[in-house]
Amino acid sequence: MALVPVLALIAGQFLPAYPLRILDMILLYAILGLGLNIIVGYAGLLDLGYVAFYAIGAYSWALLASGQFDIHLPFALVLLIGASLAGLAGILLGIPVLRLRGDYLAIVTLGFGEIIRVLMNNLDGVTNGPQGIARIDEAHLFGWTLSTPEDFLYLLVAMLVVVFLFVWRIQESALGTALSAVREDQDAARGCGIDTTRVKLVAFALSAFIGGGCGVVFAAMQRFVSPESFTFWESLIIVLVIVIGGLGNPFGALLGATLLILIPELLRAYADYRLLLYGMALVIIILARPRGIISRAFGPSWLMRRLGGGKC
Amino acid sequence: MGALILQQTINALTVGSIYALIALGYTMVYGVLRLINFAHSELFTAGAFIGLALAGALGIAGHPTGGLLVGLITFVLVGLAGVSVEIVAYRPLRGTSRLAPMLSALGMAVVIQNAVMLIGGRRPMIYPSFLPSGVIDVFGAVVSYKQITIFLVAVVLMIGLELFVNRTNLGVRIRAVAENAETASLVGINPNMAISLIFFIGPGLGAVAGILYSSFYGVATFTMGFVIGMKAFTAAILGGIGSIPGAVLGGFLLGAIETFGTAWMPVLTGGVIGTEYRDIFAFSVLVLILLFRPAGLLGEHVSEETRVYKSDF
Repeated sequence: MALVPVLALIAGQFLPAYPLRILDMILLYAILGLGLNIIVGYAGLLDLGYVAFYAIGAYSWALLASGQFDIHLPFALVLLIGASLAGLAGILLGIPVLRLRGDYLAIVTLGFGEIIRVLMNNLDGVTNGPQGIARIDEAHLFGWTLSTPEDFLYLLVAMLVVVFLFVWRIQESALGTALSAVREDQDAARGCGIDTTRVKLVAFALSAFIGGGCGVVFAAMQRFVSPESFTFWESLIIVLVIVIGGLGNPFGALLGATLLILIPELLRAYADYRLLLYGMALVIIILARPRGIISRAFGPSWLMRRLGGGKC
Repeated sequence: MGALILQQTINALTVGSIYALIALGYTMVYGVLRLINFAHSELFTAGAFIGLALAGALGIAGHPTGGLLVGLITFVLVGLAGVSVEIVAYRPLRGTSRLAPMLSALGMAVVIQNAVMLIGGRRPMIYPSFLPSGVIDVFGAVVSYKQITIFLVAVVLMIGLELFVNRTNLGVRIRAVAENAETASLVGINPNMAISLIFFIGPGLGAVAGILYSSFYGVATFTMGFVIGMKAFTAAILGGIGSIPGAVLGGFLLGAIETFGTAWMPVLTGGVIGTEYRDIFAFSVLVLILLFRPAGLLGEHVSEETRVYKSDF
């Protein structure tokens, strides 16, 4: 993990803009994957509307730092606001729906994602409708201007490290244990005195918080947002990132994001056949490794044990 | 006012028939495998395009009797496609986890959608109507023969399915496997056979719905399956997923909610909520229903303790 920032620094210095942009997208999806993993991987709840939180974050930056309402707040503040708003939305959505189980929860979150998208499309006075919001401010963070893919690479790497450590520590904490109990058997978990609804709500909020933060960075990176970026397909990509990489494993999110962003780029030469081949590749990967490429057991804790020679 | 309500009811029945036909495919698959078959909506699109190609090849575009033949062949072709999808992409994953087949279904949806695009083209296609044209006036409401035919075709197919599932030997096997695949295999029923049958009938019905839908609106696009599929799935949940009468009820109910909601919301809210929120109605209703009646309208009420699945995914 310590190697990642070093590699990123080297990559940032030497790679041209196009691969750097792809690298940025990989990192962004890895962070989104880490966030969604809290819900899907740790708590075992399928959220098919994760993109809603991402959209809330993106629109926070688009509305609070552009000519739309002529508000120009600093990036760090909006990052906090966007993530918090998304977290709040997560709690508000979670309170009624977390009593539901499995598939119903999946469908309600899917519906929530669609509702957010339709709202963005139709609240013309606020979101500018399908045209989206263009000419968003350039982001400045502590006197450092974020404009090139290289700048965002450093920001995203920093975020990735923070989120990675955070998510890993959660996994090892009492909350993480409670979450895995909920995942394996809700009734037994309740029997052990775990307030399952509360635990799920915390997971939901944390996950939404991370999604919102990613949204802010995405909007700052693109400097343009429109409802088109936040379709159901986007939610599915994030679910695929963690399922293909390995559910409940932070390394899995990194690997999954790399594959899911890289494969379409590599297939770019095939133009019209690209998505067809992409779909086939997804099916083949899932058929070959139904439980994800990296198993849950081989997480960061396992790596630390290996490196520490059996200690830890 | 009476005529307006009647008109809306007829519109609701038309769109509801189509939702119901597609919802049947989702609900049957879910009832047996507890799998959301994301590829179903793309098979609906494929059905519309295959119907179009057949009509061109046979030279019977826009003819109602030809339409019957086209519908039949399309049913069989798309049904076979559905069976192959299950064998290739879902069967090897049975018993691994619940997420894996679902995401595999998603991959298949992408594959089918793009295959349709590559063969049928990116641009919307003008669709010849296989339905009789003309309108009649019923108490001031304008009813087209198209709408009547769509409704009748849907009702005939639904009754046929109901009879097939409840009155035939194969139907008993399907119900037995849906109830409990292991127990069914103990009494000599091959679950794979029943599952293949479901994957033949469901997509077949969806394909017919695709032809009806495109004939009604006069256009077919390779992306049209997604939104319709989502709504049909909503309808299946609304009625209680896994239940065949539930899917039919859910389909018609969703058609009604959407049609009346879209027509009256702008009036009731003084124009604040306009028709552009049409697609939200479906989901808002769904969220509300699930909160108060999680098993859907006709779904079985399963107590927490008797759930086979302790964990969600």
